[in-house]
Amino acid sequence: MSAGFHVEHASRSSRIGMAVFAIALLALAAAPAWGGRDDLRLLSEIYAYVALASLWNLLAGYAGLVSVGQQAYVGLGGYILFASTILFGMHPLVAVPVAGVIAAVVALPVAGLMFRLRGHYFAIGTWVVAEVFRLLSSQISALGGGSGISLPAGIVTSMASSRQMREFLIYWVALTLVVVVLAAIVLLLRSRYGLALTAIRDNELAARSNGIDVTRTKLVVYVLTAFGTAMVGALIFLQKLRISPDTAFSVNDWTAFVIFITVIGGIGRVEGPIIGTVVFFLLRQTLADLGSLYLLMLGAVAIAVMLFAPKGIWGLLVERFGWQLLPLERRLRLSADARTT
Amino acid sequence: MEWVNIIIQGVLIGGLYAMFAAGLALIFGVMRLVNIAHGDLIVLAAYIALMTTDTLGLNPLLAIVVVVPIMAAIGYGLQRGLLNRTLGDDVLPPLLVTFGLSVIIQNALLELFTADSRRLKAGAIEVASFQIGEGVWIGVLPLLQFVVAIAVIGGLQLLFYRTPLGRAFRATSDDQSVAQLMGLDNRHIFALAMALSLAVVAVAGVFLAVRTNFDPAIGPARLIFGFEAVIIGGLGSMWGTLAGGIILGVSQAIGAQINPGWQLLAGHLAFLLILAVRPEGLFPKVQG
Amino acid sequence: MPEPLLDVRALDAFYGDFQALFGVSLRVAPGEVVAVIGANGAGKSTLLNCIAGAIRSRRDAILFDGEPTGDQPAHAVVGRGIALVPEGRRLFASLSVEENLLIGGQVGRPGPWNLARIYDLFPMLAERRHVPSTSLSGGQQQMVAIGRALMSNPKLLLCDEISLGLAPIVVREVYGRLPSIVTEGSSLIIVEQDIVQALKAANHVYCLQEGRVALTGSAGTLTREAISAAYFGA
Repeated sequence: MSAGFHVEHASRSSRIGMAVFAIALLALAAAPAWGGRDDLRLLSEIYAYVALASLWNLLAGYAGLVSVGQQAYVGLGGYILFASTILFGMHPLVAVPVAGVIAAVVALPVAGLMFRLRGHYFAIGTWVVAEVFRLLSSQISALGGGSGISLPAGIVTSMASSRQMREFLIYWVALTLVVVVLAAIVLLLRSRYGLALTAIRDNELAARSNGIDVTRTKLVVYVLTAFGTAMVGALIFLQKLRISPDTAFSVNDWTAFVIFITVIGGIGRVEGPIIGTVVFFLLRQTLADLGSLYLLMLGAVAIAVMLFAPKGIWGLLVERFGWQLLPLERRLRLSADARTT
Repeated sequence: MEWVNIIIQGVLIGGLYAMFAAGLALIFGVMRLVNIAHGDLIVLAAYIALMTTDTLGLNPLLAIVVVVPIMAAIGYGLQRGLLNRTLGDDVLPPLLVTFGLSVIIQNALLELFTADSRRLKAGAIEVASFQIGEGVWIGVLPLLQFVVAIAVIGGLQLLFYRTPLGRAFRATSDDQSVAQLMGLDNRHIFALAMALSLAVVAVAGVFLAVRTNFDPAIGPARLIFGFEAVIIGGLGSMWGTLAGGIILGVSQAIGAQINPGWQLLAGHLAFLLILAVRPEGLFPKVQG
Repeated sequence: MPEPLLDVRALDAFYGDFQALFGVSLRVAPGEVVAVIGANGAGKSTLLNCIAGAIRSRRDAILFDGEPTGDQPAHAVVGRGIALVPEGRRLFASLSVEENLLIGGQVGRPGPWNLARIYDLFPMLAERRHVPSTSLSGGQQQMVAIGRALMSNPKLLLCDEISLGLAPIVVREVYGRLPSIVTEGSSLIIVEQDIVQALKAANHVYCLQEGRVALTGSAGTLTREAISAAYFGA
């Protein structure tokens, strides 16, 4: 017995997109062969931002939870990594998923408090939470207090046989992590949860009256985002080899840039953060020496995009050309005997 | 007696926090907008006060007379030119645009004034204080600032409930489209509300500049203090906002006394506690 | 007819892609009471919203006092002398009865209507002037809504379903006030589901069906059959 229809996710455009993705992935995985130390570092940074922006996009663009406090989990991930390696002798790469799990647990009571606030007040509330994490971390003298701490040489060298191998290892873990994050987001959006999120985003009241447990869906997304963000944070600080409260919980680095990337690339579309990160790094390579002027321009560009092209660069491309990089559409195909298309 | 002094100091700085909060609450009440750049605008006002005193040689407290109209004009222009376009059902545009604005203001100030710490000199009044009992001292400046805060909040209450403009604000807040049908031009009303908010911000900014060292980066913390005062006090009540500011100030003062590094943390924890046990705030206004 | 007060010419109205009005034409002479009837969704409220400026139209689709007002925003149209009593009253919840009336007068047009005159017209409001407007009964709220619109001294008052949700005796009381409003110098357009009431109060009737004028004529000359056919579609 079959239903008279099935749901198709791919389109011609997305098949091309997936092929492009696969080729790019192979090229990037081989980067240690063709790239130098600086290239690998730059790529790792790009992966981190793609992941962070995609996660923020999931939270804000899909679940409607606009947080300006995700730096809380970036820093939390970093500190858990440093704590578990320095204080508890854990292997650094094992500490990455551990950081994710602990952050997910912490996210539960945080969500309990934050969900009492709505809209703009929720946003500032998340900022307060990040501030609390920052202040608490500067009180932990075992991890360097206010000035922070470096990862001891012993732990660093224990990771791999040589410095070069260690850097290759961290690079591949970073690439794996961003691919896993993107894949998880795509799978989530293709699932029932994804459908629920789109419904909530379009009309929360209608979603509720259709039996969707809005609060639980939002909670799941919030916790999953914290999980992913903390792992990325752990990896970021593993690569930096040093952590301090101000760098770990920096609003500029982990929220401002992320938000600008997502807005410019396109909110509410999975491809947006990817495009946005590319644009962001292109701008940075060309304009970085301008210092605070660069941030100022970034802010101005983000405002302009928000007002005049709210769907971002990718949104414009979709409207113009109907492109689709990832198979995320839902098209109903009736079974062969009923209809041919 | 030490504790009495601590509490008094906390109460008095609570007045400043209440002023931070009043401008924020006003905007939210009239147009459901939370201005993430609010704290940075307070700092902007401080720098404008700095430029005013440098060029005109005025005492900072008199500079208020110059800074208030400037900030009010900025507020009117900002709302009419930029922020009015972001208003609507979606919560994302105003949030992101004011966030972008915050980054722009901070970095513009950084470019113009560098990251050096500044302070406005108000003369002898800064250290003047008087005794009101055994070992209990009150600073003249903090007291003045507290009295001004009460006057500002009282003034806002009066404006909202006893003037035609206040009526217009409340009507527009209740039902935008019907307010238009009564002859109220929303774009103008919202711009007036923002002008008023920034006028309050101007006063707060001048007092901040005299009271503490300031630099371009301290804006977000002021936003957070204002926000916490609003939530602790309860949405929709100006006097509640004053109470919220006082509770925040006292919490910080107590925290600082226990351990200097705990000052900010104590305030945040008080906020989170209220959020946990009484999310509607201590003095919420029950709407009809 | 001498120069009409309101001249609506071939008005189209859209909500996004959805067209709600198709070439509607309507006239109101000074001192006249015009009723607009029709089934739900026929476009009656849309018509009033266009006239009041809440929906923007083609500039010369609406002429008021000889001036084109079709593209004017609502707050400007009130200044010209058109006031709307919205469907469902829509009083300002955080304002008292008196404050609601005062807001109506904020536009400052000269004329016979002021607080004292409104309280003469609706004495039960005077006793409750400082009460929150939403704590009044439906009929009293309707009076506040009418009073609020009158405070702007309109030459043309638009009443959108003022009998909605009110008991018949209250409806009669409210409608009983309309003649004095006309005497003071306002013309009226009343949108009504209650056809009997509409025909009693009006000089001239328009019947809308699915966004078009299906029938028009003076109240006395229209037959029940004609109205039924126009209302429901033959």
